[in-house]
Amino acid sequence: MTAQVRLENVGKTFMTGRPPAPLHAVGPIDFEIRKGEFFAVVGPSGCGKSTLLELIAGLTPPTEGTIEFEGTRVTGEAPEGIGVVFQEDASLAWLDVEGNIAFGLRRSNLDADEKKRRVRDVLKLVGLSDFATSYPAQLSGGMRQRVCIARTLVMQPRLILLDEPFGALDQQTRLLMGDEILRLWRETSATVFLITHALDEATMLADRIGVMSARPGRIIDVVETNWPRERDSRIVERPEFGSITARLWHTLRAESMKTIGRG
Amino acid sequence: MSKVAWYRIAVVGGIVALLEVLCLAGFIDKITMPAPHIIVRDLFRMVVSGRMNGAIAKTLSNTALALGLALGVGIIAGALLHRARALRDPLDPLFATYYAVPVFAFYPFFIVVFGLGDLPQVLIAFMLGVVAVIVNTLNGLDRVPTVLLKTARILRMSPADTALRMTLPFAGPYLLTGIKLAVAYAFIGVIGSEFIMSRGGIGYEISFAYANFDNATMYPLILLILIASVAVNGALTVWEQRLLARRGMR
Repeated sequence: MTAQVRLENVGKTFMTGRPPAPLHAVGPIDFEIRKGEFFAVVGPSGCGKSTLLELIAGLTPPTEGTIEFEGTRVTGEAPEGIGVVFQEDASLAWLDVEGNIAFGLRRSNLDADEKKRRVRDVLKLVGLSDFATSYPAQLSGGMRQRVCIARTLVMQPRLILLDEPFGALDQQTRLLMGDEILRLWRETSATVFLITHALDEATMLADRIGVMSARPGRIIDVVETNWPRERDSRIVERPEFGSITARLWHTLRAESMKTIGRG
Repeated sequence: MSKVAWYRIAVVGGIVALLEVLCLAGFIDKITMPAPHIIVRDLFRMVVSGRMNGAIAKTLSNTALALGLALGVGIIAGALLHRARALRDPLDPLFATYYAVPVFAFYPFFIVVFGLGDLPQVLIAFMLGVVAVIVNTLNGLDRVPTVLLKTARILRMSPADTALRMTLPFAGPYLLTGIKLAVAYAFIGVIGSEFIMSRGGIGYEISFAYANFDNATMYPLILLILIASVAVNGALTVWEQRLLARRGMR
C-alpha cells in the first residue's frame, strides 16, 4: 500500500501564556498513513493528539518538518480531498439536516439533481432519512454527530479525519457509532484517521494504532491489529482484542503517569 | 392564544376602557383628551381624507432610510471590527458609554451644516441606532464556536463566504436584538427631530396641532405612531420567536 499522508520530522511549538513562552506541543513526529487504511492514534490527555490532527488537516502550519498529502505539501491551508469530523457539535443550527449536509456541496460543480441524489444517499447511509427536514436542536447528540459525519461524507473525501467524534456519547452509542464508521469506511474506500483517548475504541476500529507519548507528543509505538476488512463491534469478543488493548495500555501507562505528575 | 396573551390584551383593553369611561363621564375634559373611540374615528377620517399622507410618507421613508443605513453600516462595521482586535479594544468602552450621549444635542449643528432638509433627521436616527447594531453584531460574532470556524476552513470557504454563510447566520438571533433596537431608535430619532424643528412629517404635525389645540389631529397621529411601531416590533418578535424555537433556544 502507498502512503497517502507522510509526516517527516514534524513539530509544533506554540507561543502561550503571559509573558509569551514557547510550548513544545508535539514532535518530532515521523509516520505515514497508507491509502485506504484505518489508522487510530491514542495518547494521554494533553499530549497533542488534536494538534496532530490539525497539522494534517492544514488548520495549523507546522513549526518544523514537512507534511505531505498525496505528494503535495500541506502548509496551513486545508487541502482538497480531506474531511474532518470534530469532537464538538459542528452542525449548523439555522439549517435543517438536509441543508446541513448539502452545505458541503454548495461550491461544487455538480448539477442540482446529482447534489440531491448524493445528499439522499448519504442521509440513508447515516440513517437519518426520516429526519431530513428536522433542525439540529430537535436531534440527540449522537444524531447531530451523524449529521456532521454525513456532511463530511457527501463531499466524498479521500481522507477522513475524526477528532474524538464519539467523545460526548455514551458507551453503547459509541459502540454502535463505531459499527457505522466501519461500515462507512468499507463502503467509501476512504482512508480514516481517528484520534481517540479510548483504547478499546482504537483496538476495535483500526488496522494500525499509533501510540503517542506525553507532551511533547511523539509516536512511540505503532501496533498492527491484523483485523479482516469485514468486521464490526463484535470483534471485542476475540481473544486478540484483549491482548492488543493490553499492549496499548502497557505502553501508555508510563506516559499517562507523566501527565499527572508521577513520571 | 396563550393565557398570558389574553391577560396582556385584557390589561391594554382595560386601560382603554377606563380612559373611555373617564372621558365620557367628564373627569377628563375634551380639551385635554378626546375619548378613545373619537380618536379612532378621527384617525379613520384622517386616513380617508389623505390630508396627512405627505407627512406620513415623509416620516416613514426617513425612518426606513435611517434604519437601513444603521443596519447596513452597523452589521458591516461590526463584522470588520470583530476581525480587527487592535481597533476594537480601544472602541469597546466608547460603545459602552455611547448611549450616555444625548445625540439630539447635535441636531441644531446638523441643521446648520446640512440645512433644514431630511438629512439631519435621518442622521440623528442613524446615529441613535447604529451603535446598538454594532454592539449586538459583535456580541453575536463573539459567540461563534471555534469549531464552526474550523469547519469553514476545512470546507475551504473564503473569508467573505464564511461571514455570510457561517458566522452571521449563527449570530442571527443576536443580530435581531440589534435590529429591534435600531427600529425603535429610527422612529425616535426621526419623529423626535421633527418635533424640534422640521418642515414636515408626523412629529412636526403633532407639534403643530398641539400648538393649535387641534386634538382631532394630534391624538390620531399619536395613535398612528403607536400602531406603526407596535406592528413593526410585533412582526420582528414573531420572527425572533420562530428563529429561537428552531434552534431550541426557548
